[in-house]
Amino acid sequence: MSSISTTTITPVGAPNRRNTELALLVFAVLVPVLAYANVGLAKDGSVPGGMAGYGLGLGLLAGTAHLMVRKFAPYADPLMLPIATVLNGLGLVFIYRLDLEPAITTRALGGPKAPGQLMWSALAVALFIGILVVLKDHRILQRYTYISGVVALVLLIAPAFFPAINGSKLWIVIPGVGSIEPGEFAKIVLAVFFAGYLMVKRDALALASRRFVGLYLPRGRDLGPILGIWALSMVILLLEDDLGSMILYFGLFVVMLYVATERTSWVVFGLLLASGGATAVGLTSAHVKVRIQNWLDPFAGIAQHGASEAAQVAWSFGSGGVLGEGLGQGYSRLIGGIGVKSDYILATVGEELGLAGLMAVLLLYILLIERGIRTALAARDPFGKLLAVGLASAMALQVFVVAGGVTGLIPLTGMTMPFLAQGGSSVVANWALVALLIRISDTARRPNPIPTPSTDAEPTQVVRL
Amino acid sequence: MNKPLRRVAIFCGLLIFSLLLRDNWIQFVEADSLKNNPNNRRIAINEYAQPRGDIIVDGKAITGSTTTGGDFKYKRTYTDGPMWAPVTGYASQAYGTNMLEGVEDSILNGTDDRLFFNNTLDMLTGKNKQGGDVVTTLNAKAQAAAFNGLGNKKGAVAAIDPQTGAILALASTPSYDPSTIAGNGKNDQANWQSLNADSNQPMLNRALRETYPPGSTFKVVTAAAALDNGLYSSIDQPTDSPLPYTLPGTTTQLNNEGNIPCKNATLRVALQYSCNTVYGHIGAQLGAAKMLEEAKKFGFDQPIYTPVRAVPSNFDQNLNAPQTALSSIGQYDTAATPLQMAMIAAAVANDGKLMKPYMVDQLRAPNLNVIEQTTPQVMDQAMSPQTAQDLQQMMETVVNSGTGTNAQIPGVEVGGKTGTAQHGVANSALPYAWFISYAKTSSGSPVAVAVVVEDGNANRDDISGGGLAAPIAKSVMEAVLNK
Repeated sequence: MSSISTTTITPVGAPNRRNTELALLVFAVLVPVLAYANVGLAKDGSVPGGMAGYGLGLGLLAGTAHLMVRKFAPYADPLMLPIATVLNGLGLVFIYRLDLEPAITTRALGGPKAPGQLMWSALAVALFIGILVVLKDHRILQRYTYISGVVALVLLIAPAFFPAINGSKLWIVIPGVGSIEPGEFAKIVLAVFFAGYLMVKRDALALASRRFVGLYLPRGRDLGPILGIWALSMVILLLEDDLGSMILYFGLFVVMLYVATERTSWVVFGLLLASGGATAVGLTSAHVKVRIQNWLDPFAGIAQHGASEAAQVAWSFGSGGVLGEGLGQGYSRLIGGIGVKSDYILATVGEELGLAGLMAVLLLYILLIERGIRTALAARDPFGKLLAVGLASAMALQVFVVAGGVTGLIPLTGMTMPFLAQGGSSVVANWALVALLIRISDTARRPNPIPTPSTDAEPTQVVRL
Repeated sequence: MNKPLRRVAIFCGLLIFSLLLRDNWIQFVEADSLKNNPNNRRIAINEYAQPRGDIIVDGKAITGSTTTGGDFKYKRTYTDGPMWAPVTGYASQAYGTNMLEGVEDSILNGTDDRLFFNNTLDMLTGKNKQGGDVVTTLNAKAQAAAFNGLGNKKGAVAAIDPQTGAILALASTPSYDPSTIAGNGKNDQANWQSLNADSNQPMLNRALRETYPPGSTFKVVTAAAALDNGLYSSIDQPTDSPLPYTLPGTTTQLNNEGNIPCKNATLRVALQYSCNTVYGHIGAQLGAAKMLEEAKKFGFDQPIYTPVRAVPSNFDQNLNAPQTALSSIGQYDTAATPLQMAMIAAAVANDGKLMKPYMVDQLRAPNLNVIEQTTPQVMDQAMSPQTAQDLQQMMETVVNSGTGTNAQIPGVEVGGKTGTAQHGVANSALPYAWFISYAKTSSGSPVAVAVVVEDGNANRDDISGGGLAAPIAKSVMEAVLNK
């Protein structure tokens, strides 16, 4: 306590860390650009022609986003934008790299995917900027709680009216324009609904409850609407055979309910429901049974009908080893089909960057997720807290379900790795998610407005005794 | 709300932590077993990701590599494939490797431990892994003479340098072009199937992997046994040989081909005219044990690694007296590879010292460093030097004025022995025509050769070692002598 001197405490603005963000962004752009050069050197011994364009494009996107953050969310968390940029950039490199494999870039499989992904990334960053500009305060979203609930349901049910692509009804197909995967957006809209609803009802849910077999059950009128929307989404997803999203929404629901009510009994209740539901689905759905068999023994039936995708993915990871084969030097194309660039993109990361590279990528995700939860902790309003933790945990669950499925930790369910995997809707939705987190963190870290000087009080003084 | 938030933070951390653990499991703990799973196509892709090293004859590569459009980047090609097939074998993307391609696979594809230093350097300098070369002892002219000499006939030729054991020629017909099965496409599959279905067995390496009854050429071994065991003190001493000769303990008479002077003939004359009665009688007199011992000294009854394996030639154990007599003239169960018969001629030409046959002179790293050099090795002293010199006189008589006159080369001393081996049920099949010989110059013998011709398109009487096989042996010896 020796350094204390008599000083006047006046509000000091917290460092806004924008320059940290800029420095990190330089790396976030450089890393993918160098990776891009690496691919070219490995594949045909020369730096690829599109290198300058690619570097400039990525730099321009990141730079614009940074300037917009500086202007519209100056106190935002400095890590989120660089992490999203580097993941998006690396994703583009991997898609470009896989585009160089003729076997999986046939006309039937839709040709090269990197140019489209770059376009979607640009669109995604535009939306990111749009959200920062338009949404001055995240609490505005609170007004749209019930609308959000309905929108989420509409987004989820819409694909049922469009033809299936590759066997699953996950897309809204607009002829001549392309397809949108509304499920990716639904997770954000649903988080908004949950946050808005729970913020209002959390006290009622937590306190006005009856004790039943050791669990506190809230009153039906409090729980009804949220349980209804959640149950409906589950049914829709079950009908669409979209297991990954089911796990995601279920987890999101349980986490947000737990945070809102602070009741551990919700977690117990949720886990019971989840294991019950998983068993029921596992026993009834033929689709899921196949997935589980592939998970238990990926090498079954090789003699009869060749190696399964699960086996090829496992060999990709194994062949990569600790340090990887090097960018452009792996054979993840052997997995075949459309999944290589989307659902299975982590197999390419694992084979070419090795254990070291894949762990680095996973750590980038956990960093982004934990920064999201840190934002929730710092947020001053319950809605912001709930929304931030909802968005962050949604991403955590999605990363877990995708990476766990691809690496064989859990049965595979079709979902895309945020930012990394090929898929326009996914990249747009995830940039929107990061925009919301940045908006909340900006509000959370923004210093309190300087109080108007009180005329009848001197500034408080600390007096050495 | 902050307490549950912290717990959620820990929960999310655990989710990712479990992913990290799982990743360590599959990319570190299990990585090797996944990587080396036999169904993992990467193994085959890596095998063919760089051109194989070459097999070299007379300083020139007889193999090559070409790029394919497919998964397996490099495919083997062969120069004069059919001629060299018994030496190179094949290296096929679909069907594996054999012969030299198989035995020296690790050198050729660059995975051999002895190339480790090279490979590590290449990895550091960013060059692709390269295969080493196999330098053979073969002589292209001798090989061409052998292969062309056999022509459309079914047969085999083996030629070796008696003084070192270096293999100079190794031909087998009908042959095949290993280039036609080097890939893994539909054509390769069709070629493979038709080659395997062919009743002429073009993929059989007759010089190393097929044994034939050696017939009269085996009499050289019997004569060596007689002299080494002191049965006769001189090759010009009359033998105590009856004519007609009845196989001991039977009523079966052993016949000679035609009316030739075999009664009490000397060893020299009996070899000159190829008397079955004389050598059958000698074998019976020496007994099964001594004949077996002599045959083993020449290399019978054991596989020979050149380093490509030659199947064991057979001389039966536990023969009774009539079987011994028949075996001693190269009939009954006696069977030999052409390489084995060339080794017999070589041992005689090298004064009884049998050198171990070999066809790989050097293994060479891609930077031309020699990583293994073969030095000639003595395999056995097959007979005393005196016996060998006596046999040389006898074999030279055969060529100068006996059954082997077709092998004479002006100005060069040539020794040889013909053979016409009966086979088939009741000897009904067409006989095998044999000829073994060596040529001798002032500095010792540079070549010994064995030729076997299986079929006879001509009628049966015309088939004789002297008529069919001796001219081929002659042209091979001339090629080595550079005449």
